Amino acid sequence: MTVLEAREVVSGYGEVEILHGVSIKVEEGEVVTIIGPNGAGKSTLMKSIFGLLPLKGGRVVFREEDVTGRPPQAMVRKGMCYVPQSDNVFSSLTIQENLEMGAFIRRDNYRARMEEVYALFPDLAARPHERAGKLSGGQRQMLALARALMLEPRVLLLDEPSASLAPNMVEHVFAKILEINRSGVAILMVEQNARHALGLSHRGYVLAMGQNRLEGSGEGLLNNDEVGKLYLGG
Amino acid sequence: MDKGRVITFLAVSAITAGVVGISANDAQSLGGFISFLTVFITTVAIFAIFALGLNVQWGYTGIFNFGIVAFFMVGAYTSALLTKEPSSSQYVRYVGGLNLAEGLGPLGLDGLTGFVLGALAAAVVSGLVAFLIAIPALRLREDYLAIATIGVAEVFRRIAIEEEGLVNGTRGLTGIPRPLHDLVSPPDYKYVYLAIAVVILFLIFIAIERSARSPWGRVLKAIREDELTTAASGKNIFSFRTQAFVLGAMIMGIGGAVYSANQGAIVPDTFSHFFGTFIIWAMLMVGGSGSNRGAILGAYVVWGFWTVTGLVQPHLPEALEARTSYIRDLLIGLLIIVVLLLRPNGLMGEERRVSLFMRRETNREARRVGAPTRSPEE
Amino acid sequence: MVQAVTSAVARVARIRQDYPQIADAIGGASLWVLFGVLLVVSVIDARQYLVTGIIVGSIIALGAIGITLIYGVLKFAHFAHGDMMMFGAYVALFALVGGGRIGPLSFGWGMIFAIFVAMAVLGVGSIAIDRVVYRPLRQRGSSSVVLAIASLGVAIVLRAIMLLWWGPDQQLYVSGIHPAREFPFDIKLKPDHIFIVATALVLMALVYLLLFRTKMGKAMRAMSDNADLARVAGIDTELVFMWTWVIGGALAAVAGILLGIQSNLKPELGFILLLPLFASAILGGLGSPQGALVGAMIVGISQEVVVGIDLPFPPFGVPGYKPAVAFGILILILLVRPRGLFGRT
Repeated sequence: MTVLEAREVVSGYGEVEILHGVSIKVEEGEVVTIIGPNGAGKSTLMKSIFGLLPLKGGRVVFREEDVTGRPPQAMVRKGMCYVPQSDNVFSSLTIQENLEMGAFIRRDNYRARMEEVYALFPDLAARPHERAGKLSGGQRQMLALARALMLEPRVLLLDEPSASLAPNMVEHVFAKILEINRSGVAILMVEQNARHALGLSHRGYVLAMGQNRLEGSGEGLLNNDEVGKLYLGG
Repeated sequence: MDKGRVITFLAVSAITAGVVGISANDAQSLGGFISFLTVFITTVAIFAIFALGLNVQWGYTGIFNFGIVAFFMVGAYTSALLTKEPSSSQYVRYVGGLNLAEGLGPLGLDGLTGFVLGALAAAVVSGLVAFLIAIPALRLREDYLAIATIGVAEVFRRIAIEEEGLVNGTRGLTGIPRPLHDLVSPPDYKYVYLAIAVVILFLIFIAIERSARSPWGRVLKAIREDELTTAASGKNIFSFRTQAFVLGAMIMGIGGAVYSANQGAIVPDTFSHFFGTFIIWAMLMVGGSGSNRGAILGAYVVWGFWTVTGLVQPHLPEALEARTSYIRDLLIGLLIIVVLLLRPNGLMGEERRVSLFMRRETNREARRVGAPTRSPEE
Repeated sequence: MVQAVTSAVARVARIRQDYPQIADAIGGASLWVLFGVLLVVSVIDARQYLVTGIIVGSIIALGAIGITLIYGVLKFAHFAHGDMMMFGAYVALFALVGGGRIGPLSFGWGMIFAIFVAMAVLGVGSIAIDRVVYRPLRQRGSSSVVLAIASLGVAIVLRAIMLLWWGPDQQLYVSGIHPAREFPFDIKLKPDHIFIVATALVLMALVYLLLFRTKMGKAMRAMSDNADLARVAGIDTELVFMWTWVIGGALAAVAGILLGIQSNLKPELGFILLLPLFASAILGGLGSPQGALVGAMIVGISQEVVVGIDLPFPPFGVPGYKPAVAFGILILILLVRPRGLFGRT
């Protein structure tokens, strides 16, 4: 079943159009990576899907429901969560409070979920009352993921999860992403670290100049000559 | 005609009809009617000077001055102290008293020159005050300046009251010289002063219009639209903002000088937040910030509105009459809110400015969602 | 000349930019030293003024916490806050029926009832104002400055309503003379004063519990920390705005009433109150409620003590210069430590 689909999305900032009709699809249980050069519109696509930017054209369909133009809050309720690239934790709040904020819209008792999330991130569980601002870059990224998981989303949008992390942390974050995926959450991510990301993705898309350029399985794209030359550094 | 022009036309004609109609009805004679209109237009001209000063600060540069009354007050007292003769009584104590109005006779200069010198000094002192406030407050967030200016206004009022030897405390200054007062008989003097006020307003208007179109004015607008990009192109933002703030304050200082000579007497209570600051903001918002014509039109419409509601007062039932002035206050506050909600560009907000304003908002939105300002995507 | 001085200022500012941590630390340290000295002086020489300062400070704190919360969550300077305080005071005057006395206090249970009425009216009223004025502007994406100007409009309207309803003259809750009592260390206090400080402390404790123990309070802190992320995380921002108004409005109401108990009620006071309120909030660091409390205490005590110490030059010894003291503190912070004592950079 298709969890998330963007059809012919046209979007941008104000009068500046950046996406000129991009289509992507995420199937249940998949990890899908979007790569492309700077300015291709990768992050814009994520923000447009999530309702942070108004669409000028096209549709967003989430689990067979048209959610085009719905605000982020509605997306979150339906089971789509988004982790921005930077500033993605509440740094003056504690780890625990960050997770509580992730569960803001839940009216039920989310203690059990919190335990599950802590189990996935033992680093965080070790010090729930530490202020997020004191965490290292990698730990912050973990906390950002953890926060997004509090709502038990069906699909997780990740905007460059490995950006500005130390190499060993990159490994760690990707491993966590796979772990999250195995628990049944579909992942759509934008990555600069294309080789690595495609390596663990079921499928991938290549965007260029605000349009679809290529698509295929993660492995297929990795072995594609054009992708290799242009985006993977030969 | 588009909707905006219709509204402008309706607003101006309604105010004009109200002022002319009711005052004609109330006046005992044609002379009384003309005299009323003269005073009305003079007051509008004085308020328009303040509104122009605010437009240089807020409309052009986005500087947020909630203490207009401070500069109004400084200008009014400065020119009064310079043009008045020294105190001749031990019960009336004030500094200065340079007697510029009469004392320049031996140099072959008349009272008008003295008035002009007084007004220029008012401008200089107001500008200096603005400059001193700019140093701590203008570099920081916009709202810090607003609070600092409220503070200055309050502190100046307290100083005027507490330091009794400075400007004669709460009893205030009287007998402020009026330029060219010996030209005509006292009852006709208001026509002379109308001419003086209008000429000064006109000169300031021309000066601002010119400077707005100069390279200097273009930098100011660039700062308002996009501070980061302007800074990146090598302009010293702080310096330009300070200059605009100081220039606006100088204009307000001149307004104060024109006001005090028109009134002939000032006391600390003259300088209330309501008449010194709130109503001038209402004028600029109604007229359309960024537009000098709008500032003047706004002064006309708002003061006209104030006058009409004042003229209606005696015709109201007694129970209501006593409270009318507060209803007028209320309406001025509502006016600001309604204009912001329904016509954010005021009566004269030009289309070009609308789009510039929109772009700024778009940039802001773009920044908010984490994208760079100019280049699409990172 | 202007050019020369601006460039000199710019040069100093550049040094500050180049060594921000050092400048910030020096600024903070010098403020603490200054206020420490003031405190020592007042303990030795002006205990009565110190106590009055604490009373005034706790009143200002209730207002300043509201300002700082609104600034943090809604991201604009709320210039109607002083008038909201006064409005709350007048609502209580309206709701105050029946005399009587609680123990040694100058007022009775009617006043307690009136306080709750005023809190409710201001809490709900703030939401209503938000719906009519601020929310449409917010949804249009207006800048914070436009919202601040709108709040000036609201301030004018509130003040006009007070003038219309209650008139321009000053009023008292309870007339008559209420003698002060002697306390150790030559301090004289009225029972009402103890009520003022106690009420303020209780409310501040409640605000603390709200912000750190409840989900809504944590959401307010989250919004104040990172509004974009709050939106992304699915926090119902409109709901958080609403609660911020309720709390800010209710605290303003109580602050106004306590001010009325301490001195008197006058519509004009509202706008002038903005000066100590904002000076406190900025001194503490805008967005920091704990900072607002400390800031308010410093401003309140400084105002009273400076004006109480009789030195032969202004502003010392002249009660009329209290606003000048608040203004002086404001300028000082803006110069040496714009982020305030506890604010984030």
